[in-house]
Amino acid sequence: MLDEATRDWIIQASYFVTAALFILGLKRMSSPVTARSGITWAGAGMLVATAVTFAFPGMSNYELIIPAILVGSALAWWSGKRVAITDMPQMIALYNGMGGGAAAAIAAVELYHGEMESTAAAALAVVGGIIGAVSFAGSGIAFGKLQGLIKRSIRFPGLQIINLLILVAAVGHGALISMHVTAPTTMVTGMFVFALILGVTMTLPIGGADMPVVISLYNALTGLAVGFEGFVLNNAAMIIAGTVVGSAGTLLTQLMAKAMNRSLGNVLFSGFGDTGATATGTVTGSMKPIEASDVGVMMAFAQKVIVVPGYGMAVAQAQHKIWELCQLLIDRGVNVKFAIHPVAGRMPGHMNVLLAEAGVPYDLIADLDEINAEFETADVALIIGANDVVNPVARNDKSSPIYGMPILNADKAKNVIVIKRGQGAGFSGIENALFYLDNTRMLYGDAQKAGAELIQAIKAAG
Amino acid sequence: MTGMVALYIFMLAAFTGYEVISRVPVILHTPLMSGSNFVHGIVLVGAMVALGNAHTTLEKVIGVIGVLLAAGNAVGGYVVTERMLEMFKSSGARGGGKRGAH
Repeated sequence: MLDEATRDWIIQASYFVTAALFILGLKRMSSPVTARSGITWAGAGMLVATAVTFAFPGMSNYELIIPAILVGSALAWWSGKRVAITDMPQMIALYNGMGGGAAAAIAAVELYHGEMESTAAAALAVVGGIIGAVSFAGSGIAFGKLQGLIKRSIRFPGLQIINLLILVAAVGHGALISMHVTAPTTMVTGMFVFALILGVTMTLPIGGADMPVVISLYNALTGLAVGFEGFVLNNAAMIIAGTVVGSAGTLLTQLMAKAMNRSLGNVLFSGFGDTGATATGTVTGSMKPIEASDVGVMMAFAQKVIVVPGYGMAVAQAQHKIWELCQLLIDRGVNVKFAIHPVAGRMPGHMNVLLAEAGVPYDLIADLDEINAEFETADVALIIGANDVVNPVARNDKSSPIYGMPILNADKAKNVIVIKRGQGAGFSGIENALFYLDNTRMLYGDAQKAGAELIQAIKAAG
Repeated sequence: MTGMVALYIFMLAAFTGYEVISRVPVILHTPLMSGSNFVHGIVLVGAMVALGNAHTTLEKVIGVIGVLLAAGNAVGGYVVTERMLEMFKSSGARGGGKRGAH
């Protein structure tokens, strides 16, 4: 058996290696060429850190630790392997929430334990615990919304003030706990209850379209919470990994919010829907249906077709069919391009991954800035399961909650074909003025089925 | 580790995180978010230590929940990140030849 000092040295050295592997792994993940190896490096770091922690001095309860790790890992492994690529964002939210919950649990154990070294240590545990609990509850709500378990965004006047009061209550409890150092159990419980409620009430009013930004924010918050608990446990690996994720996640959140032309404060506090209920009144006209055979002919004899894929296409698993359709058109000499809005999937970059899965080459995929001028010269803009990202009210209706969001100018195309399952509003619940334009026709049906019908129609067009 | 040293670590790690991903292309946003989600799965180490030092039943119950959640964060984060990046690589191989024309 190694003596105490050697064992401690090995543990600390291993944590050092882990921190280095994490940073190198993240660095590799930020470049397309090395991305794949990045996660492997980070994974190796995690294995090293977990393994040496079993040798931590003064540990007991192994009979609880080992089964808990096995069960948690097995469930996550199973769910992670099973989930469809389209559902990735909510799974990230779910796993992130678990991390936040774990950070809050560490804080809870330490605070209930009640032997904090100092007010500073107790304060760090408190801050990490509150952030972790908010991230846990908030990520859970985000998961529920994206998974379709929570359908409505609940809002009412004065909600922000109530949220502020809940925050004050949680922080107030936390401050008292920090000053007492050994705090009464009820006070610790009270703090966590308020923090959990805050996570729920903060996230419920936020519309589905803003969820990626919120998930990214909670990701950063979990990182911070882990970092703070690292201070409490005097664990350098947790401090470094948590803080790195906290700052990287904050930057990523800003990049995402910028891609949607919304400030973070706007996403969190104004929310969709302050004016949303009235926005529907401005739409006039009617939706005009069209048959697949007519669309097939229209596209077969077009010069230029721009496909605007949205999340609906991915849900219907139609990307393969649509690409088959586009290949037919390309063979006929039609100029085909894909226009990707920064938030076309559920997150920036999500749609690129989905199209890549179907085999669409990169040079046919254009982003918003590249393609927007080209819509005016396009004969057909084919909208598949996209909604808010092509809604012209974002450009011209100041009362609309999505006013100011950059959109794809699909309405400028000579003909706009919208493949849509039904007549409902988009993910954000906002009526789409594009559907009512004179040059727009609606092709109702499942994207996969519509794709197959269009392929037949184009083949028949000869 | 003294408080001041810990504070230095905090500051340097914050700058590192910012620098490491400051030039990431949009196409990698989702995988990178997932990857950083995996990295904070290191909370597992802390949860293990917390449970390892838990005494009362209440502490043990919360500790077990913590370890369960942390293991889920780490393993789930790894699996989904790997799946995404794997696909990204294969798409790069297929589309790679044409990327230069972009």
